[in-house]
Amino acid sequence: MRIRSSEITPKALYLRRREFLALGAAGAGALLLPGGARAAETPHGRKLEGVKPGQPSTDEKKNSFDDITHYNNFYEFGTDKDDPARHASKLATRPWAVKVEGECAKPRTFDIDELLKLPIEERVYRLRCVEAWSMVIPWDGFPLATLLEQVQPTSRAKYVAFESAVQPKNMPGVGAFGAIPFPYLEGLRIDEAMHPLTLLAVGLYGEELPKQDGAPVRLVVPWKYGFKSAKSLIKIRLQETQPATTWSQYGGGTEYGFYANVNPEVDHPRWSQAKERRIGELFRKPTQKFNGYADQVAKLYAGMDLRKFF
Amino acid sequence: MEKAAKQPWLKPLVFAAALSPLLWLVSRAVRGTLGPDPVAEVLNRLGLYAITLLFCSLACTPLQIVLGWSWPLRVRRMLGLFAFFYACLHLSTYVFLDQGFDFTGIGKDIAKRRFVTVGFAAWCALVPLAVTSTQAWVKRLGFRRWKSLHRLAYLAGALACVHFIWRFKTALLQPALFTAVLVLLLAIRVAARVRAPSRRMSVTSESR
Repeated sequence: MRIRSSEITPKALYLRRREFLALGAAGAGALLLPGGARAAETPHGRKLEGVKPGQPSTDEKKNSFDDITHYNNFYEFGTDKDDPARHASKLATRPWAVKVEGECAKPRTFDIDELLKLPIEERVYRLRCVEAWSMVIPWDGFPLATLLEQVQPTSRAKYVAFESAVQPKNMPGVGAFGAIPFPYLEGLRIDEAMHPLTLLAVGLYGEELPKQDGAPVRLVVPWKYGFKSAKSLIKIRLQETQPATTWSQYGGGTEYGFYANVNPEVDHPRWSQAKERRIGELFRKPTQKFNGYADQVAKLYAGMDLRKFF
Repeated sequence: MEKAAKQPWLKPLVFAAALSPLLWLVSRAVRGTLGPDPVAEVLNRLGLYAITLLFCSLACTPLQIVLGWSWPLRVRRMLGLFAFFYACLHLSTYVFLDQGFDFTGIGKDIAKRRFVTVGFAAWCALVPLAVTSTQAWVKRLGFRRWKSLHRLAYLAGALACVHFIWRFKTALLQPALFTAVLVLLLAIRVAARVRAPSRRMSVTSESR
C-alpha cells in the first residue's frame, strides 16, 4: 500500500526541517544548496479530499512544496523563475470552466468544481524542463483519458489541442516587452493524450494546485519537456490535424519541435540535453530517454526518427 | 600625486562598491536565500555583475567627453579589472559548479552552442586587457599600441551583449538595454572623434 507524502510528514515540520538544514550548511558546496528562508511565505491552498495513491509513482526524493512553487516557467506572469510566485496570486480561478470540443460525439463544458469531484490520485512524477533542470513532483489529478472518454472522440480525432487562459489585467507577462504570443497553445497526438501516464492535475502535495503551478487545472505529460504540460487550461479541442503550438512556432520553429520528448541524444539548439540538474542537488546527472518512462511510452514512437520528430 | 590627493575617498569607495555585489551573493548563500536553483542564480548574478562593471569601465571616457568629468578615468582600470574578476568567477561557476568538471561537455558546449561560444570569446578578449593593465605594460607597448589593444574592451562588451541576448528563449528588456547603452557609448566616442580630431590628438600626446 502506498502512503501519500503529506500523511507522513506534516507540512509545518518539513518546512522547519529545511530551515534547520540551512542553518547547518557549511562549506562552499553546502552553501549553495537551497535553504528554506522563504518557506513561511508560501501560500497554501484548500486541502483536496479523498486523494488516493496512484501508479506509477517514483520513489525518488520529492522536491519541497517551496521549490515547486518558487521556481516556475509561466511566462504569462513574467520570464523570471520567481515571477509566477510573485504575480500569480492575481489569477482569477473562479468561476472556471474547461470547454472540450471538436471531433467528439458529446462536446461539453466541465466546471472546475465538477472536475474536482472526479476520483483524484497522487502521482509522483519526474518533471524535466527543456532548460536542463528537473524536479520530482507529487501531482494530484486524474488521467486525461477519463475526461476525453466522456466526450466520446470520433475516429477523426487524431490530435488534441490545449489552450491556456489569458487574463491580460491579471497577467503582467501578457503584452510585456518581447513577450511570446498568448494564449499559450499546446498539443498532443491522440494516443499520447489517451495514455494512462497523461494527467490533468488539479493539486500538488494534497492541496488545490497553487496558482503559479497552473491552477486550477493543468496538463502533466511526464515523458515530455515541461513546456508541453500547459497550465491553467480553458479549452481542449479534438481535431484531425496537428495543432499549432506556441513553442514549435516561436522564432520560425527554431526553438522546439512538436513532440518534445525528453531525449538526451537530441540537443537543444543552444545547450546539451545529455544532463540535468535536479533542483536541490549540486551536480548534474544524466538525463534518461523519455525522462525514464521509456518502458511505458517508447512503443508510441516505434519506427519514428526521433531526431527528425524532436 | 596631486590628483590622487584631491579625492582620496574615490578609489576606496569604488572598490567597496564593486566588491559589494559579491559580498551580497556570499551572504545570500550563507543564509540560504539563493532560491531553488542556487547554482543558476550564482552563475547569472556573476555574469550580470561582470557585464555591468565592464560597461562602467567603458562609460568612463564617454563621461569625460560629454560631461567633462575626469574622475571616472582614474577608476577605469579598477572597474575593468573588477569586470574581469567577475567574468572569471562567472566562468569558474560554469566550469565547476554548473558543469561539474565535465570538460568533454564543456568543450562541446563551447564548440556547438553559439551563446556559450560568444560568452567564452568575451572572456578571452578580456584576458590580454587584464594582463596589460599595469603601468609597466603601457610603457612596454607604448601608449598608442596599448590604447589600440584596449579597444578590445568594446569587442568584449559587444560579445557579452550577444551572449546575454542569446541566452534567453525570448527577447528580453535587460539585454536589449545593455546593447542600447553599448551603442550609445560607442556613438559618443565616434562623434567626438569626428567632430574634433585635432583635440583628441593633443589629448593623446598630453597623456604620453
